[in-house]
This record gives sequence, C-alpha cells and structure tokens, in this order.
Amino acid sequence: MPRFNAAQRRYNKRVLGLSLLYALLLVAAIMVFKQAHPAGPLAWLLAILPALPIIGIVAAMGRYLVEESDEYLRAMEVRKSLIATGFMLTVTTGWGFLQSFDLLPHADFYWATIIWFGGLGVGGCVQALKR
Amino acid sequence: MRNRLKILRAERDWSQGDLADRLEVSRQSVNAIETGRYDPSLPLAFRIAKLFDLPVEMIFLSNE
Repeated sequence: MPRFNAAQRRYNKRVLGLSLLYALLLVAAIMVFKQAHPAGPLAWLLAILPALPIIGIVAAMGRYLVEESDEYLRAMEVRKSLIATGFMLTVTTGWGFLQSFDLLPHADFYWATIIWFGGLGVGGCVQALKR
Repeated sequence: MRNRLKILRAERDWSQGDLADRLEVSRQSVNAIETGRYDPSLPLAFRIAKLFDLPVEMIFLSNE
C-alpha cells in the first residue's frame, strides 16, 4: 500500500498549494502597503488577502475528514483536531487574561490559528505516545 | 471489546497488510483493531465478518 492514500494525497496537494499562495499574497500585501500606502476598501481587501489561504487550509482539513474513507484514520484526525482546539483555547484564554493584567504583550488574533496548527502537532505526539 | 482478528489472520497466513488490502483500509487500522486500541464501526465489523465468512460475534467478543 502506498505511503499516502488518495484522500491524503489530495489534502497534501491542497495544503501545499494554499501555503505557496499564502506566502505569495503575504509578500505582495506587505510590498503594496509599504510602497503604495493603500487606503479605504483597497486596504481592507489587501490586508485580508493573506488570511484567505489560511482559511482555505482549515477548509481543506474539513474536506479531508469528509473524503477520508478509512474510519480509523478519520477518527485519529478528529481526535488530533479536538486536542488542537483544546490546546488553542487553553493558550489563548491564558494569554488573554495575562494580557488583560498587562503581564504579557498584545498578540494578534491570527495567532490562534498558528497555535491551533501547533496543537495538531501536540495531538500527534499524544497519539504516538498512546500507541 | 476483544477480537480474534489476529488468530483468524494467522490461520490464513495473511499479514496485516494483506488483510488491510482485502478490507480496503490502512494497515494502521488493522493494527489498531487487532491490538484493541480501536473498535471498528458496525459496517466495518460486518465487512470483516463477511471476509472471514463468520458471524460478527465469532470475531468480536464482549469484555464482560
């Protein structure tokens, strides 16, 4: 059996494509903001552009769960996602209160997604330890 | 839930990979079911039973 099944290959392709698109849009948005100083609706559009591929990656994960025909692999992915969600909520809630009392610096909201992706790694480690 | 998957597989001289191919699931799935880390859904349990030509209750046994 190949290392990745069909659903995993499609997921990997989507995530790779969206990651490249994210890098491209982020660099483009930074350059335009630095050089052209856009304002109004254009600024809003440019600022939101790098977020779209990240949202796309989250959607790709959801799509993978729908397309994965192996119920065990699907269950493991769902468990990892739940661990990641708990991890993200724990970190952001803790950080938020510490920030409220001026003990930690302000963190932008998009860190929640980054922490969630990190939580997937934590979930993977938890599962590996359980084996 | 306990199961006799490993014994049934050994009787047929199948590897975990052979069984996984026949069931169209991953080898990890077969391993997780055999070692009791994962209880399959009813549809998969019935597919396993059909493959071994046995009733489900002859393969999967209650812990009680």
